[in-house]
Amino acid sequence: MQGNWRGLRKAAVAVTAMLTTLACGAQQANNSTTASDVGITKDTITIGATYPLSGTASAYASVAKGMNAYFQYINDKGGINGRKVTYIVVDDVYNAANTPAKARELVEQDKIFAAVGNLGTGPNLAVRQYYNDNSVPDLFVFTGSDHWGNDFGQYPWTLGWQPDYEAEGKIYAKDILANNPGAKVAILFQNDDYGKDYVNGITKGLGDKATSMIVKTATYNAGDPVDMSSQVNQLKASGADTFYIVTTPAYTASALVNSQSSWKPAHIYLNSVGASTLTVQTVLKRLGNSSAFDGMQTTTYLKDPNDPAQANDPGVLKYKDIITKYGNGCEFINPFCVAGVACAFTTVDVLTKAGNNLSRKNVMDIAANQLNETNNFMLLNGIVVKTTKTDHFPIRQERLEKWQGDASGGRYVPIGDIISGR
Amino acid sequence: MYLVTLTDFLQQVVSGIASGGVYASLALALVLIYRAMDVANFAQGEMAMFSTFISYTLITSFNLPFYVVFPVTIAIAFAGGVVIERIMIRPFEGKSVITLVVVTLALFYLTNGMAGLIFGYILKSFPSPFSSAPISFGGIFVTVQDVGVLGVCLVILGLVYVFFRFTKVGLAMRAAALYPESSRLVGVRVSWMLALGWGLASAVGATAGMMIAPITFLDPYFMQPILLFAFAAAVLGGIESPLGAVIGGLTVGVLLALVGSYLPAGQNLRLPFALVIIVAVLLFRPAGFLGQATVRRV
Amino acid sequence: MSSRFLGISAYVWIAIVVGVVVLIGIPLSTDKFTTFEFANVAVYVIALMGLNLLTGYSGQISLGNGAFMAIGGYTTALTAYHLKHSFGIDSPAILYASIPLAALLAGLFGFLFGFPALRLSGIYLALATFALALSIPPIIDIDKLEFILQGHSGVNLHPLHPPDFLALSDEQWLYFVNCAIAGLMFVLAWNLVRSTTGRAFMAVRDSETAAVASGVSLSYYKTLAFGISAAYSGIAGSLLAISVAYVNPDVFGLQLSLALLVAAVIGGLGFEFGPLIGGLFFVWLPYWSEQVSKLHVGTFQLPSKPDVFYGVLLVVIIFFAPSGFMGVIMRGIGVYRARRAAARGEKIVIAPTAGVLEEESIGEEPSEISN
Repeated sequence: MQGNWRGLRKAAVAVTAMLTTLACGAQQANNSTTASDVGITKDTITIGATYPLSGTASAYASVAKGMNAYFQYINDKGGINGRKVTYIVVDDVYNAANTPAKARELVEQDKIFAAVGNLGTGPNLAVRQYYNDNSVPDLFVFTGSDHWGNDFGQYPWTLGWQPDYEAEGKIYAKDILANNPGAKVAILFQNDDYGKDYVNGITKGLGDKATSMIVKTATYNAGDPVDMSSQVNQLKASGADTFYIVTTPAYTASALVNSQSSWKPAHIYLNSVGASTLTVQTVLKRLGNSSAFDGMQTTTYLKDPNDPAQANDPGVLKYKDIITKYGNGCEFINPFCVAGVACAFTTVDVLTKAGNNLSRKNVMDIAANQLNETNNFMLLNGIVVKTTKTDHFPIRQERLEKWQGDASGGRYVPIGDIISGR
Repeated sequence: MYLVTLTDFLQQVVSGIASGGVYASLALALVLIYRAMDVANFAQGEMAMFSTFISYTLITSFNLPFYVVFPVTIAIAFAGGVVIERIMIRPFEGKSVITLVVVTLALFYLTNGMAGLIFGYILKSFPSPFSSAPISFGGIFVTVQDVGVLGVCLVILGLVYVFFRFTKVGLAMRAAALYPESSRLVGVRVSWMLALGWGLASAVGATAGMMIAPITFLDPYFMQPILLFAFAAAVLGGIESPLGAVIGGLTVGVLLALVGSYLPAGQNLRLPFALVIIVAVLLFRPAGFLGQATVRRV
Repeated sequence: MSSRFLGISAYVWIAIVVGVVVLIGIPLSTDKFTTFEFANVAVYVIALMGLNLLTGYSGQISLGNGAFMAIGGYTTALTAYHLKHSFGIDSPAILYASIPLAALLAGLFGFLFGFPALRLSGIYLALATFALALSIPPIIDIDKLEFILQGHSGVNLHPLHPPDFLALSDEQWLYFVNCAIAGLMFVLAWNLVRSTTGRAFMAVRDSETAAVASGVSLSYYKTLAFGISAAYSGIAGSLLAISVAYVNPDVFGLQLSLALLVAAVIGGLGFEFGPLIGGLFFVWLPYWSEQVSKLHVGTFQLPSKPDVFYGVLLVVIIFFAPSGFMGVIMRGIGVYRARRAAARGEKIVIAPTAGVLEEESIGEEPSEISN
């Protein structure tokens, strides 16, 4: 009996000692004095991002592969001012409940200098506060939402990159007003921020004509069975002659197939995310009618490695080269890979401009206020990546293109010049 | 607002029937498993997906024509179903429902994960012997593919019916499911009948997958949105009745199309509507429309 | 006989003290990421306790507890959001006050769902809860309700800050709050399981016929189980919203409900400590599977596929340890006690550790009846 009590007392002493020691070490690292050098050494720059590497959105992981490919290419050429880039990508499964933890993993454990290319509107909305509270640059988030540009004043550490969806919608509106002012427009859109931003864009772009021109809308939810027959039937019944499709690739295909069943609208506008050449070619093959979508329009801001007319563009050739060597399986016709490479180019641009003043504040300042990049080799010639103290939407220009079917499957042909969606 | 014309309404119904063909195809597989062993196989869609990927690989990597790949895939799926039953289900025959559900969940995760690992997540287009060209009758349109899906579904239904009604093996399977003890006494290998049931269900699932993939494109998740509606179809028609599965599927397809088009916020009510169908049927008419309140083995 | 102090044996005291030290030590000695992840563990432990009560103790299978978490999470998020935007009230006290509200609303919803669920059992209940899990996100998405529910863009919450006089980081404070609530819910669950209600639950689980014969009201206890389970899940959802400071419909999809059941099985259905182990798995398995994928074999990077890991782990568990980790531990303790008793010449009962998933009888110790 006594022996047991002695044992207990020893334990109690040990425990008290442990608790005291722990209490002394209780202060968790905060990020004041050395924040600017986190992630920077004399020969490395560590950056990172959260991506859906698994789960239903994992096709987007190709963006990260594209980005990493370009970073590897730069590293092999000596890096940025002598520093090699390490790009750490972690998986949040596109679930906003996971992203805050992963962001902390990157910042606290992996000690990244900046987050570059975080993907997804929901995930980014979940972590925006964290990055801003901790003064960590949250650069070039990969979503076309206009939250980042609009909210810059409140969240000055978060910056977008790709053209926002609303701007793209405005471009379609401009085209309709210019070339087809009597159109009756029916819209199919994904029922989330992504779809609604596009609809806002076209609505704002049509101005006071919007209510009279937009005769019907129909929605679906991401994750629904890929079957747009019900929606397309509703839209057809409204008597519209212009079909504006705001979907993601599988649903785009379904919408296109169904549109040809009975409706055959005179004009189709396809949002860029769903408009890949491969998707349209597949649909045409299945319809057995190669000219079904002649004249259908979409926009793009990236060069297209799949376009025979661009096959000899020096940027495209360089891109193919990089992806072949460093792409880690990214197919070079995959538009996500293209976007990744282009975004990485801008990133390297910013880091190079920072020279040896690699503080978070400086890099953020350059990216958010001083960007003026005209030589991005995978953006269409003429597109400028630009930010100023009052404009925090880096890319807002796109070019319209229209579909032209032919014996080899068809392709997009550019129309006119670069248009600004600002 | 615009006037709802009769043509528009009929078009919705017809398109709903076409969608229903998709649900019916998967529901058939679900029903076959349930008949064999009273279990809802939550992994059925994933198994069908995996088989479809196998057929995709045969077509694109080995350049085999579809009319060869189709039966070969069905055979592979059949064998796979038997193997899965022997390895993963048999040890748990007769165990509690929770155990069986957990087993099918494990299968769900494994199949989905392996498919992602092996085949990747990029959306792929799946070739089909049926084109998407439109056919019209009286101003109502469907595509050849839609008709194809429905046609194949009915053929399978016919084959299943013939199998269970007129073949000795089919009879043995039914007996094994309903009266396992008596069946053993007359020499039916009850355990192997279960394996056979899984093989058949897997084969039917593979067929469904190959018919559906051309419509929805192919990626490891393409069967998941369909699963709940297939379950609703099976429950509505009578969870042990193949004919019920088909009728249930078509009904669910039409109802969903109408709910989606004519109810306010209809698009968002489709999944909740499936919940309502399942709960309502199970509460008020658990045998579904065509099921019989069979004597259950306890 | 081991010595006892306040009726608790010395070993258990040591376990408690070690447990407390570890609990307090974690946030004080690790980085913010680890602390944050453990704060999340506490959240999922609460959710798993709810699921354990429903499926482990009352035998009602649920593939839809994520839906109850959704109700709790959205209650908290929308309360904070609307009070701020419609009335200008903006205070962290709201977040704390919303937790019991979340429990109440979720519990009510669960209780109501329990009524139709009464007539469903086994596979049908699994189906119905599966459908429930899938139905909630689209309802939140409804356009016309966007002014209340905020649709797909979700709701941001203020991050939770510790009171000024405490020198703790946000993550540490979150950890302590979540753990305190988890501790409270654990004590409640512990007592519930040992009460008449708990015994009624287990009677219902083990044999409905026998339960009715002994006068246990099936309808009362089954719906009560749903209500309590949903209330626990609601609290978990609320704390999740507070921890993540953001909710959207995708957060509460089917994957959440399925993952909860998987974690509950891995931890051990029907054991009080099962949820603790399950919660650790829920949070750390994806992390470790990702660490594995960072290993390279030559130039080949091992793929990170948490789904495959879940599947394999689940298969291993159901084949070799159907009662989960707790089943293994309890069996080990039982064997250890039996050996010690045998060494002293006593006999002791080893109850077969049948959790909810039946054990395979692979060389189990024969049970002896004590004198």
